[in-house]
Amino acid sequence: MKSSLNAQTIAAAALVAALLLLPAYSSLTGNIFILTLFTRIVILALAAVSLNLIMGYGGMMSFGHAAYLGIGGYAVGILAQEGIGSGYAQFAVALAASALFALVIGALSLRTRGVYFIMITLAFAQMAYYVASGLARYGGDDGLTIYKRSDFGGLVNLSDRVQFYYLCLACLLAVVFLIWRIVNSRFGLVVQGLRSNEQRMQAIGFASKRYKLVCFVIAGTLCGLAGALLANNTDFISPAVMYWTRSGDLMVMVILGGMGTLFGPVVGAVLYLVLEELLSQLTEYWALIMGPLLLLVVLFGRGGIMGLLGRLNRG
Amino acid sequence: MAEPLLRVDNLVRRFGGIVATDHVCLEVGRGELHAIIGPNGAGKTTLISQLTGHLAPHAGYIYLAGRDISRLPAYRRSALGLARSFQITSLLPDFTAADNVALAAQAHDGHSFRFFANARKEPQLRAAAHAALERVGLGHRADVPVVRLSHGEQRQLELAVALATRPQLLLLDEPMAGLGVTESASMVKLLSELRREVGIVLVEHDMEAVFALADRISVLVYGRIIASGTPEEIRKNDEVKRAYLGDQHVVVKHG
Repeated sequence: MKSSLNAQTIAAAALVAALLLLPAYSSLTGNIFILTLFTRIVILALAAVSLNLIMGYGGMMSFGHAAYLGIGGYAVGILAQEGIGSGYAQFAVALAASALFALVIGALSLRTRGVYFIMITLAFAQMAYYVASGLARYGGDDGLTIYKRSDFGGLVNLSDRVQFYYLCLACLLAVVFLIWRIVNSRFGLVVQGLRSNEQRMQAIGFASKRYKLVCFVIAGTLCGLAGALLANNTDFISPAVMYWTRSGDLMVMVILGGMGTLFGPVVGAVLYLVLEELLSQLTEYWALIMGPLLLLVVLFGRGGIMGLLGRLNRG
Repeated sequence: MAEPLLRVDNLVRRFGGIVATDHVCLEVGRGELHAIIGPNGAGKTTLISQLTGHLAPHAGYIYLAGRDISRLPAYRRSALGLARSFQITSLLPDFTAADNVALAAQAHDGHSFRFFANARKEPQLRAAAHAALERVGLGHRADVPVVRLSHGEQRQLELAVALATRPQLLLLDEPMAGLGVTESASMVKLLSELRREVGIVLVEHDMEAVFALADRISVLVYGRIIASGTPEEIRKNDEVKRAYLGDQHVVVKHG
């Protein structure tokens, strides 16, 4: 990994370039569908990137990350329903509510570790799912239609496909940049140290729980942003967004792309969702093909796609 | 007499029916190297873990420079000047040697809720890391990832990490374990230099090193301290010969 121009960097740069040029391709070919698909991919990539901060760098296997997608989404949906259309207000509430939820469940879950941590984060996310199902005023099980997208005045128009896509992409790249800074900061080194040896970190003087909790809150908040964007993208929010299989999807994206790598989750999200799209056009039993494919990557591609590319350099 | 650097008062720790630490009393003065020896399973590591705060005692007290630390968590004890090296090397494997030491320096340089600036480029942390690495003779290996260091180098690095927390008292759990002859010799030399600066509690199986280095030795058998004194006194103590050195002779014969 000494040379700056290695396979991983090239892959990441190529991916970013492709994502930047996608709207041009879409308008040239008149293929609107691909822009819609990739808007969703970029948003879920943002969620995967935020999960990677705790899962890949922090070693905290959260199985309830989709809860924040729902919380961010419901913040937008509920405020819109109640007549508050301002995007600034909606997004601020989405982030704050996600942060608060992460703070509470983090404080409780981080007392446990290993399988127990996985199960308790899953349980909290399922709780959020059932609470949302019970919100009769906001559609309950059936979900809530959002009639007007978040309003950011003249700054950016979320109803414009291309503008909305670029907004999502800008959020994704900003969050990747933020995480790049975080993982190399004092805080980031502590969190990575805790992943590899918590007892040692306590012995040299770190109050480990505080750092893990703050990391957990940052990841939850960033995923809340993805949730707010997702609700705008679908003009709809329902409890299904928080279902545990969604949390599983996010985990698979992170593992597929490469845990603890900066761009791995983005690569993973693109690959996973594009494959899902292509295979589901082929056959309705697409999961039968997808499953073994994922199994192969996990079994033979340790470190995911980014890990494979890393070995290419050395090989 | 002034309060000793470390005072252990009737410490007790049980595991089920086994008393792993049985009313242990211990005093270590400033600038003293106090060795704890004993056969396998005597409870040496259990004792060290209680001193560092990774294991809670069931009864008794631990005082560091007169302050009761018996119930403080590990990170608070570290802040008060207690440092430990681990028996099984437990460094951060994917970090470089310098990163490992710099983290220890960072732990004692205010809080680490700094999210944006690159910590690997903070000059005072890097300087502290390099100073500690030089101290243990690893200066030239600073940028090598831990996984590519030899076992002996990892043991030296353990010590550098402990030193970077600027401790008053070092707890060393078998620092010579698995070292070759030359590596052992350089570790002994390093410890004999360090003892002038910090108090040291040394748990070690290498008897030659222990008798060469220690100011005082305590012998732990089945969780109890059966003798405590200068190396000369311990060598002559009949109970020690029977219980510990004697056992070893038997083991050697049968082995």
